[in-house]
Amino acid sequence: MAAIQTEHLSYVYSPGTPFEKTAVDDVNVEIEEGAFVGVIGHTGSGKSTLIQHFNGLLAPTKGRVLIGGEDLWADKSKLRQFRFQVGLVFQYPEYQLFEETVYKDIAFGPTNMGLSADEVNRRVLEAAAAVGLREKHMEKSPFELSGGQKRRVAIAGVLAMRPKVLILDEPTAGLDPRGRDRILGQLREYHEQMHNTVLLVSHSMEDVARYCGRVLVMNRSRLFLYGDTREVFERADEISGMGLSVPQVTRIFLGLKEKGYDVRTSIYTMDEAKAELLSLLAKEGK
Amino acid sequence: MLRDITIGQYFPGKSVIHRLDSRVKILLVMAYIIMLFLADNPLGLLLGILFLILGYGISRISYKLILRSLKPVVPIILFTAVLNMLFMDGRPVLRVWIITVTYEGIRMAVFMAVRIICLIAGTSLLTYTTSPIALTDAIERLLSPLKTLHVPVHELAMMMTIALRFIPTLIEETDKIMAAQKARGADFETGRLMQRAKALVPILIPLFVSAFRRADELALAMECRCYHGGEGRTRMKQLHLRYYDFVACGFMLCCIAGTILINYCAPVVF
Repeated sequence: MAAIQTEHLSYVYSPGTPFEKTAVDDVNVEIEEGAFVGVIGHTGSGKSTLIQHFNGLLAPTKGRVLIGGEDLWADKSKLRQFRFQVGLVFQYPEYQLFEETVYKDIAFGPTNMGLSADEVNRRVLEAAAAVGLREKHMEKSPFELSGGQKRRVAIAGVLAMRPKVLILDEPTAGLDPRGRDRILGQLREYHEQMHNTVLLVSHSMEDVARYCGRVLVMNRSRLFLYGDTREVFERADEISGMGLSVPQVTRIFLGLKEKGYDVRTSIYTMDEAKAELLSLLAKEGK
Repeated sequence: MLRDITIGQYFPGKSVIHRLDSRVKILLVMAYIIMLFLADNPLGLLLGILFLILGYGISRISYKLILRSLKPVVPIILFTAVLNMLFMDGRPVLRVWIITVTYEGIRMAVFMAVRIICLIAGTSLLTYTTSPIALTDAIERLLSPLKTLHVPVHELAMMMTIALRFIPTLIEETDKIMAAQKARGADFETGRLMQRAKALVPILIPLFVSAFRRADELALAMECRCYHGGEGRTRMKQLHLRYYDFVACGFMLCCIAGTILINYCAPVVF
């Protein structure tokens, strides 16, 4: 069964005013359970609006959202339960920290779920460990930490609810390369352990190519494509035509193709690139 | 949900009213208020209403927006109307127990209600058709004579500009923080008063933190661009009076004169 499914999902901002804008237009997509999905698209393509539908923060103007086969908006009193199932980490999540200590902040979500103190404690420690926060951080004020640490506390706050689906809106924006690799690495590790479904909104094609098995491309409020990472990068030329950058490796092969070399352009990892170049050299060497 | 707030909302347009000098517009609104309170006769008030209809018509601002700006003041209107109705001396019309409603009371209540409605609608027209920046600019210019009395006019205007500039930003920020806390299962809609008040803590703390951060950054950015107060500062957009500004002022004067004339000459119909 699909973890998330949308049926003709549309969303219009400020309907009936001069500021009316269709942000999501007739999106039909089925996201499989246990997938690690990259969500890409231009600024303003509707990515952020789309993902806010997945845990009921926005109600669709038209269409339906199904979580595990159940309509999200069928019964409003159940909405909160769905929010615990689908964890959403916003852009710059460190700005939502508010508690006196890191521990209490991470515990906010699970406490809201009404779990026992023991269970909350277990989940907080587990989530903190998953993002590499150490014991000594737990009793500090979240405002004393560095930017990267704050970000990890905020992510832990969502992980602690053990959501079946984890959605992250540009979790690495504004971090240095090391902080970025660290967070993405931890997320992948967590995914491999828990087999949860992960949606990663990102502007960086390199990250998507490296971490995601499936890719969802939004373009001008519409779903452009949803498929395996390979399928998506097979259409690299279309994607770069939309103004999105493709990974550097892919760009090299697009350039080679343009120069008349007989190469595949659906290459997005170093290993593939090496193999392809070697076979090209072998051919040319003839 | 917070997006629906209309206080000080500006709807860009190209009508004459939009193009009027913002100083003139402020003065006109003041004159309009004086006119409303001068009117002592229903015909005078009618003139005020016609003025309003004309203004909204020319500026092509939807009349529906009047209703939206009136919504928050409905309780005040009702409250003053009831007070006026109950506590005016005069010819009694209705007597229930110790409550007496007088003819004068009803008259006063209706007059006050109409005046407040016109007042709100009139001032809303000002904010609907004038950008906040133009407004504060005009206030600064109008108050500049006070500078001789060492009133920090420029600083006050700058503070107002900044405050207005940050209203939408903070609203957006609040929306975002609320969404983020809701995603963590925060519940703002149910529970008793105390619980609801407590539920606001996860919103207010991050909001304050970010407001202070923004203030800090803004101060730094202003200093980096050598801001040092109003002394010797020139403007990018100079305010100029044009012929339509004089036409508008003339029209306003005619309306006020008309109101006074009606007060003295027209028969008392109500």
